[in-house]
Amino acid sequence: MASNEEILAGLAEIVNEETGLAPEAVELDKSFTDDLDIDSISMMTIVVNAEEKFGVRIPDEEVKNLKTVGDAVNFIAGAQA
Amino acid sequence: MARKVVITGLGATTPIGGDVPTMWKNALIGVSGAHTLGDEWVEKYQLPVHFAARVTVPADQVLTRVEAKRLDPSSQFAVIAAREAWKDSGLTTVDNDRFAVAFATGIGGVWTLLDAWDTLREKGPRRVLPMTVPMLMPNGAAAAVSLDLGARAGAHTPVSACASGTEALHQGLELIRSGKADIVMAGGAEAAIHPLPLAAFSSMQALSRRNDDPEHASRPYDIDRDGFVMGEGAGALVLEAEEHALARGARIYGELAGTSVTADAYHITAPDPEGLGATRALKAALFDARAQAQDVVHVNAHATSTPVGDRPEYTALKAALGDHVDNVAVSATKSQTGHLLGASGAVEAVMTVLAVYERKAPTTINLENQDPEIPLDVVTTARDLPAGDIVALSNSFGFGGHNAVVVVRNV
Repeated sequence: MASNEEILAGLAEIVNEETGLAPEAVELDKSFTDDLDIDSISMMTIVVNAEEKFGVRIPDEEVKNLKTVGDAVNFIAGAQA
Repeated sequence: MARKVVITGLGATTPIGGDVPTMWKNALIGVSGAHTLGDEWVEKYQLPVHFAARVTVPADQVLTRVEAKRLDPSSQFAVIAAREAWKDSGLTTVDNDRFAVAFATGIGGVWTLLDAWDTLREKGPRRVLPMTVPMLMPNGAAAAVSLDLGARAGAHTPVSACASGTEALHQGLELIRSGKADIVMAGGAEAAIHPLPLAAFSSMQALSRRNDDPEHASRPYDIDRDGFVMGEGAGALVLEAEEHALARGARIYGELAGTSVTADAYHITAPDPEGLGATRALKAALFDARAQAQDVVHVNAHATSTPVGDRPEYTALKAALGDHVDNVAVSATKSQTGHLLGASGAVEAVMTVLAVYERKAPTTINLENQDPEIPLDVVTTARDLPAGDIVALSNSFGFGGHNAVVVVRNV
């Protein structure tokens, strides 16, 4: 079980790997599309890498609800519980 | 009178140099880009061929990690070569709607396709990357170059096996002549040093098996040639309407004076032994360039080093140039670079342009005993080309019976 801080750090690493964005730019209140400029293809890659890293399943229909980094952290934390 | 088209920028990443100055320096010296492959898959799959000609500067040393991740290796090479050509041209701001791309490939994103197939089998569909389709599509390189440089007058991908790169120049010339574009980034890219293409080309007996001596395996015109050496990389040329280049005071390497593309309609892979399709392509390209056979001083030949391929090209040159063929300095640069498939025509066009611009024919290595049935004047030590008005040709032929020829003239 990862803490929310650990999930955020892990997610920031995945986002950095995919987009080159600095990990510290990946903050809880940031929108994936509006703030981080992540397109839908990159988002799906990030989702699949997060599934593998955190051992969770993020259904496709759930992805559209993950607007901010915080949404993703909360979903992953909930899915791990 | 058709618009004149000139060449104002050159780029390349190849097995004998990661940029044009390095490649050209080596092409004049005469070096081999072929080496034994250290990959575990050579032994794992017991490939009959243990060597190939890889690019000297890996793409991940040039592109950022994120750029490389989103591009198949073939598109990575394309972007590297196109950026070099663009910088070399001195172009900065252009009318993007008048700027096109014609970037060829023989095979396309074969690494991406086969890696994704492995992922599907080993990890399931969820793990197949969403970028798989744009990375594997054959137009991936043209699209990546268009996106990178902002070319909006169409991004085209001629595909004609090993003639593809030369056909891209043909298409580029037509785009400018017809008034559809003023500038075209033309080129070709290939990255097929993967076990499957190596096994497939090998099973059709196309590859050299000189495993104990890779550096001497690519030996066009030599009596002991036994097949081509798989190469990889990209070449790129900035084609520009002459009035556009003159108006901005550009450095002009030469004129892309004419091109031609024909098809053999003879056999799916074997060249027509009489070289009839190639002869028609040569004659049509000279006609297109308003050039005579006697104007030709240099040919960068297709010359892949296969037993069956090298002879018909001689037959065609003899038929198209007549006795003047004896006065032509012929370079077979695949002896150095290996065969870059869909990129070969573009890389060889870069060399042909430089040969005309610097008046130097590059070196053919590994010619020890010339095939008596191919009595060409082969350049085995880089040689000066004559002063005055000159014309040089670059030939490419591809499986499917494709023949493509470009004609370069000094300015």
